[in-house]
Amino acid sequence: MDEERARLLRGFSPRRLPKEEYFSPGHRACQGCGPAIAIRHLLKALGPRTVVANATGCAEIISSPYPQTAWRVPWIHSAFENAAATAAGIEAAYKALMRKGRIKKEKINVVSLAGDGGTADIGMQALSGALERGHDCIFVCYDNEAYMNTGIQRSGLTPYGAATTTSPAGRVFKGQRTWKKDMPAIAAAHHIPYVATACISHLKDFYRKVLKAAEIEGPAYLHILAPCPTGWRCPPEMAVEIGRMAVECGIFPLYEVEHGVKRLTVKVRERKPVRDYIRAQGRFRHLTDEDIEFIQKRVDEEYERLLGEAEEA
Amino acid sequence: MSRDRVSLEICEACAEAVRLADVDVVAAYPITPQTHIAEVLSEMAADGKMEAEYVNVESEHSAMSVCIGASAAGARTFTATSAQGLALMSEMLYIASGLRLPIVMALVTRTLSAPLSIWGDHSDAMSVRDCGWITLFAENGQEVFDFTLQGFRIAEDERVWFPFMVCLDGFHLSHVIEPVELIEEEEAREFLPTYKPKYRLHPDQPVSMGCFAMPDYFSEIKKRQDEELKASYDVIIEVWREWESRFGRSYSPIVAHRTEDAEVVVLIAGGYAGTARLAVDEMREKGLKVGLASLKLWRPFPLEDIRKTLGHARLVVVVDRALSVGGAGGPIAGEVRSAFFHEEKSPVVASFVAGISGRDVLRSDFEAMVRKAFEYLDKGDLPYYEMFGVRE
Ligand SMILES: Cc1ncc(C[n+]2csc(CCOP(=O)(O)OP(=O)(O)O)c2C)c(N)n1
Ligand code: SF4
Ligand SMILES: [Mg+2]
Repeated sequence: MDEERARLLRGFSPRRLPKEEYFSPGHRACQGCGPAIAIRHLLKALGPRTVVANATGCAEIISSPYPQTAWRVPWIHSAFENAAATAAGIEAAYKALMRKGRIKKEKINVVSLAGDGGTADIGMQALSGALERGHDCIFVCYDNEAYMNTGIQRSGLTPYGAATTTSPAGRVFKGQRTWKKDMPAIAAAHHIPYVATACISHLKDFYRKVLKAAEIEGPAYLHILAPCPTGWRCPPEMAVEIGRMAVECGIFPLYEVEHGVKRLTVKVRERKPVRDYIRAQGRFRHLTDEDIEFIQKRVDEEYERLLGEAEEA
Repeated sequence: MSRDRVSLEICEACAEAVRLADVDVVAAYPITPQTHIAEVLSEMAADGKMEAEYVNVESEHSAMSVCIGASAAGARTFTATSAQGLALMSEMLYIASGLRLPIVMALVTRTLSAPLSIWGDHSDAMSVRDCGWITLFAENGQEVFDFTLQGFRIAEDERVWFPFMVCLDGFHLSHVIEPVELIEEEEAREFLPTYKPKYRLHPDQPVSMGCFAMPDYFSEIKKRQDEELKASYDVIIEVWREWESRFGRSYSPIVAHRTEDAEVVVLIAGGYAGTARLAVDEMREKGLKVGLASLKLWRPFPLEDIRKTLGHARLVVVVDRALSVGGAGGPIAGEVRSAFFHEEKSPVVASFVAGISGRDVLRSDFEAMVRKAFEYLDKGDLPYYEMFGVRE
C-alpha cells in the first residue's frame, strides 16, 4: 500500500479522499446510482495502477457508449457471465509478460467487476473457477439486488418479498419467493484469503476492505451493497441512506473473512427494525405487517448465527 | 532445403507449433478429440519446455474469455477445442473478432450433438462460419503445424488483427501419426518475432475496450470489420510466400490437382482431400476428366480463387462434411454456387453431404458421387443436395 493510501485510513475523513476521479463524471447513470458511487470509491481506493474487467450490466452500459468512455483506468468489457475469466486472463498475461521481461515488474490491481446477476447467477461458474485457481485478482460484486440494466428482473440475490418485473407482486405471490443466495459464504467456501462485505454508506470500512483486498496476495472477493433508486423505488437522494439502514437493521451485515477467520467489522449495537428499511422502498410496498414480521425473524436468526461465527473485533 | 521429418501425432505437431510460437497464455478445456493438444501443452508447461501460463479453466466459455483478457493485455494466446466446446464458447468467438484480438485456436472438428457423437465432421466449424475469424482447413499434419505457426504471424499483423482458427479433422487427422517437418526454435523466432501490440490493457496507456455501440455507429464498425477481414487475404498470401522462401513449402487458398483440363472438379475441405486426390488419379486412369480442389482458406472466402479454379469446369461436385438442417444443403456448396451466380459462364454445382459424424468416405465413394452427379445432369434432375451413402 503506498503512503498516500495508508494515510487515508488514519483519521479517515471524506474530505481527505483522493481528489483524482478514475470513474469520470458525465457517465449516464441514474441520479443517486449506488453502483456508480461504489465504482468511484473503489477506484479512488485502488488508484491508477488498476485494470478493470467489467461484465455486461448497468456499470458497463452507463460508462461506455462508443466512442465515449468514463474509465480513466484500462478497462475491458466482453460479455455478461465472464468478468472473472476475463480478469483471470489479464492476470495470467501480466504474470507471463513480467516473467519474460516484456513489461515492467510491478503490482497491478486486476479487478473483475460484475453485478449480482453477473456474479451470483450467470457468472457463478466463471467466478468459482477463477477463485479456485487462485488468480491474484479482486473480484467485486456490486449488488443492486436485481438485473437493473435489462429493466429490474429478479436475480438470485434479490431479497425475499421484493417486487421486480419477473417477481411481481400479484394476487398469489408477493414478489420474490426465495431468500438471498449467500454469495460471500460461497466465495469463502473456496478458502480464498479474503472475503468481505461492504456498503457505500460505510466508507471507512469500504476503503479499508478495498485496500486490504488489493494488498493480499491471491483472490479477494468483495460483495458491495449498492442501492439502486430506480429499481428499489426510492428517491435518488436516499440511496446512501438506505444502504445505511440495511446495515443498521442487520439485513446486510458488514464483515470480513480473512484466511478463514470471520470478523464483524461494523458492529451494530442496537439493530433497528427491518420495517424501517422495508417501508422506505417501493419494491416492498405490497408487504403486510405479517410479511415484515416473517422477514424480521429470519434476519434475527441470520444475524445471531453470524455473531456466533464471528470473532470479536 | 532438406530437413528431417519426425513422426508425430498431429495433435502433438499442433502443440509443438504452439511451443515454438513462444505463447504467453494457454487456456483450454478438454474435449474429445481435442484432448491431446491440451494434454501435450500441459506437459510442456509442467516440464518447463514452454514458458506460458497454462490456465486450467472450468469451461470453454472461460477458455475463450481468458484468451480475450490475456490477448487484450498484450499476451500471445492459444486455445483448442471441438464441437460442444466450440458451441459453448461461440458467444465469445464473435466478441474476440469484434475486439480484434489475435487469438489462435485449433478446432479439432467433431460433430455437434444430438445424438451425442465424438466422431468427426465439420458441423462445429460451420456453426461459427460468421463469427469473424480467419479460418483455415488443414489437410494433413504438416499443414496443421505450418498453419498454426503462420496463424500467430497473420493474426498479429497490424493490417489484420483478427483471431485465427485452424481446423483439423477429428481423429482422421488429430489422432494420426504422420511424418512432419519441424523448424528450429531460432527459425521460428525469426519468422515470428515477439508480439508487440499497439494497444494493450496496461496502466501506462489506459484504453477502453469493448464499449457498446448504438445503431448510429454499429453498422460502420461492422462494415469495417468485414472489409478488413477480407483484406487479410493479401497478408495471408504474403505470409505464405515468405513461408515458402524460408521453408520451401508453398500454400494457396485452394490447392488444385489436375483441374486445368478437367470437366468435373471435386471440391472438399480438410483431410479427405487426400483421399479425394487418390480417387481423382484413379478416375483419370479410367479416362474420366476429373480434378480436385482442396479448399484451405474458408474465411476470408476466396471468391476469386473459386472462380478461377472452377470456372471452366462443366460440373463441380462439392462434398460437405456438414449439413444445414432444413436448409439448402452443404454450406460450402451454397457459397460456391453463389460465387458463380452472376458469372456468365458457370459450372453446375452438385452438393453432396458425406462423411458426417466420422462415417468413412472411401475413394470409391468419390467416384460414385462424380458418376451420380453426371447421371443426374444427363437426366436433368440434379437434386439441390443429397446426403450420400445414407440408408433409407
Ligand atoms: C448471455 C446473456 N444473457 C442475458 C443477457 C442480458 N443481460 C444483460 S445485463 C443483464 C442483467 C445484469 O444484471 P446484473 O449483473 O445484476 O447487473 P446490473 O444491470 O443490475 O448492474 C442481462 C440479463 C446478456 N447480455 N447475455
Ligand atoms: S438502474 Fe439502478 S444501478 Fe442502473 S444506473 Fe440506474 S440507479 Fe444505477
Ligand atoms: Mg444487479
